[in-house]
Amino acid sequence: MVNKITIENLKAVYEGVLALNGVNLDIRQNEILGIIGPSRSGKTTLLKVLNRMIDFVPRSRVEGKILFDNLNIYTDIRLLALRRKIGMVYALPLPLPMSIFDNVAYGPRLHGTKSKSVLSDIVEKCLKASYLWDEVKDRLDSQAFQLSGGQQQRLCISRTLAVEPEVILYDEPCSGLDPISTAKVEDAMRELKEKYTQVLVTNNTKQAARVSDRTAFFLMGELVEVDNTKKIFTGPSDERTNDYITGKFG
Amino acid sequence: MGNAKLTQKIVFFLLGVATVMVIIPVILIFALILVNGLQAISLEFIFSTPKAGMTQGGIFPAIVGTLYLVLGTAAFSLPLGILAAIYLTEYASDNWLTRLIDIAIINLAGVPSIVFGLFGVALFVILLNFGTSILSGSLTLSIMTLPVIITASKEALNSVPKSFREVSYSLGASRWQTVRNVVLPNAIPGIMTGTILGLSRAAGETAPILFTVAAFYLPRLPRTVYDQAMALPYHIYVLSTQVPNVPVKIQYGTVLVLIVIVFFMNISAAYIRAKFRKKKQW
Amino acid sequence: MIKKFFESLIEKAIFISGITAIAIVVLIFIFLLKESVYFFLNNNLAEILFGMDWYPISEPPKFGFLPLILGSVLVTVGAIVIAVPVGLAAAIYISEVAPGWFKEILKTGIELLAAIPSIVLGFVGIVVLAPFIRNLFNLPSGLTAFAGSIMLAFMAMPTIVSIIEDAINSVPKSYREGSLALGATHLQTIRRVILPAASSGIMAAVMLGIGRVIGETMAVLMVTGNAAIMPTSILQPVRTLTATIAAEMGEVIQGSMHYYALFGIGFVLFVITFFINLAADMFLHRKKS
Repeated sequence: MVNKITIENLKAVYEGVLALNGVNLDIRQNEILGIIGPSRSGKTTLLKVLNRMIDFVPRSRVEGKILFDNLNIYTDIRLLALRRKIGMVYALPLPLPMSIFDNVAYGPRLHGTKSKSVLSDIVEKCLKASYLWDEVKDRLDSQAFQLSGGQQQRLCISRTLAVEPEVILYDEPCSGLDPISTAKVEDAMRELKEKYTQVLVTNNTKQAARVSDRTAFFLMGELVEVDNTKKIFTGPSDERTNDYITGKFG
Repeated sequence: MGNAKLTQKIVFFLLGVATVMVIIPVILIFALILVNGLQAISLEFIFSTPKAGMTQGGIFPAIVGTLYLVLGTAAFSLPLGILAAIYLTEYASDNWLTRLIDIAIINLAGVPSIVFGLFGVALFVILLNFGTSILSGSLTLSIMTLPVIITASKEALNSVPKSFREVSYSLGASRWQTVRNVVLPNAIPGIMTGTILGLSRAAGETAPILFTVAAFYLPRLPRTVYDQAMALPYHIYVLSTQVPNVPVKIQYGTVLVLIVIVFFMNISAAYIRAKFRKKKQW
Repeated sequence: MIKKFFESLIEKAIFISGITAIAIVVLIFIFLLKESVYFFLNNNLAEILFGMDWYPISEPPKFGFLPLILGSVLVTVGAIVIAVPVGLAAAIYISEVAPGWFKEILKTGIELLAAIPSIVLGFVGIVVLAPFIRNLFNLPSGLTAFAGSIMLAFMAMPTIVSIIEDAINSVPKSYREGSLALGATHLQTIRRVILPAASSGIMAAVMLGIGRVIGETMAVLMVTGNAAIMPTSILQPVRTLTATIAAEMGEVIQGSMHYYALFGIGFVLFVITFFINLAADMFLHRKKS
């Protein structure tokens, strides 16, 4: 297994609070890495560090080394290129106030694609990849806000895919969705495994158990353990992990 | 308890009377101007120059002058104001400089209009040697209008949800791309509303143009930005205080034309605001 | 490449515009100061501030600001005495009492009032208000401080009403419900809960109203009768600071002491409104925290 992202001794201060303390973690090519842990354990901060969205957060600081394809994300890769390669899907569906088509085409347009036919191809491909195409193909020009919550979230996944990322970060992507929509999003994630490396932060341990290959457990800014998902959920090495997944706290 | 209820009824009634006392004069003023002004309005009144020591003829040069001043003011204050608002909301970090600019803008908004006039004389008319001209007048009005435009634009920009920006950045957009593609399109209606209101105030202002542009009487239209110009507000001042024996009809007519221009701008602003509210989905 | 260039160009323009906003305020201050420092240095400061005669073109000229300052104060106090109680009443009525449809009409009326240019109100003051006051009090002329106060009260009304309204609307619902649940009437709730909670907003409204009134020029120039004498009664013609600049700047010889004196007045006005605005801003921010 090739490491897509290598995190070495990561320390991160988020809005003046130490959110991650000495994290070492590898993220492997084409895996789905589930990240679980109670709130304030540093999961979201980790995602924000990976695509450097933390740069916008006031009073924050990052120490340690993060390698993306063996390139340091702070020194060897241009910021905007990094954000293209590491896409992000947020907790709430956040469609932009424009049409379905324009939402998906937003990223490619930013990066210079102008041809209408190329854009159409990209939009179709990405909507198919997130299982949304059949539901919206006849109304690509209608406003994205008119879609249901689950559809909006899959639209956001399509939009992320459209910039051709290599890694997709999900920040509790199903927290606002009903079980059927959640299942559809999860299906999409499994299907995307062939091409993408995915990191799934979730408060729902069962979801991690369902879709991730490996699972990492975070607690109070530290990585307690990371292992095959099966191992984590059947026989974790750390007692705290066991307590968390069996619901003793959280 | 019955007593308290009765007191409440009486007090609320009195409050209502006070409110109506504010509103009724407004209605009366409009009725007065409309009824008297309409008698003066004719094509000739609108499209001809004042004659016979302003006791006859029309107000065409003043109308044109006011339009020029509004355009000139827009040309300076619009780009400057909107860009400054973008800087303050999208670029500037929250530091002493930003706070200083904020305080500066608040204070600029409170400076009396005649002080802007003085400043205009000192800087534009004399120091930069633009003379009393459309250029000086527009610049002076621009500086007066600037805080209105900046404040309204800032508000409109801030009302665009943060999450839109975040999504755009996460897709690899640069700051300007985000501003251009996500923030501005959603803030434009608010910016336009505020801007038009600011310009409508500029159209009706007298004090800042008294010594920077306004001509007492100019039978021809200005040809360049270095020319003086007549303007409706100043013309009203002249007709009602400086020239004897101007028929009341002409005075009311001039007032009506100014009111119509100012209210047309106000109503456009309100229309844009209402239309946008209906369309807005977030 | 061209796109990149354009992007950096527009970002520079954005930054420069931000800086220009502050530069303008600084410039205004510098210019007023520059032109007026000469005046203040070449005249006795006590004579300026307490001198009772404003005879700028007599020989020797007398530049006593006192009649002008008192003129401004008199007109302002008169306007505020009228505008604050009426404005407060109107704001309470609009936000608490008026039924929906009537509320919209009243708000539109206030907005209309705010949109009327001051020159128009000055005109109405001359043709309607002044004759009315002349007849009412049997005066030689209706163009008096009193006419100015009424006109200015009217003009300050939209500012005062809308800011008090905002302040009342931002009082948390729970306060009101708590009071009503205890059996207080609506009026008692307004008096004992809502108004105290909105008090700093009301103070801000008063300050901004004063700022608006002191800085108003054209309407005052037209209706106060324009006599730069020590005021003794509100039914007398007066001359305010603003009106003095407006009335005399046109005829002044550039570079004369009179010219600098007018900038001196402008400087005084700038300083007064600066502090009034600062105070209003303080009240508004106290409300938030």
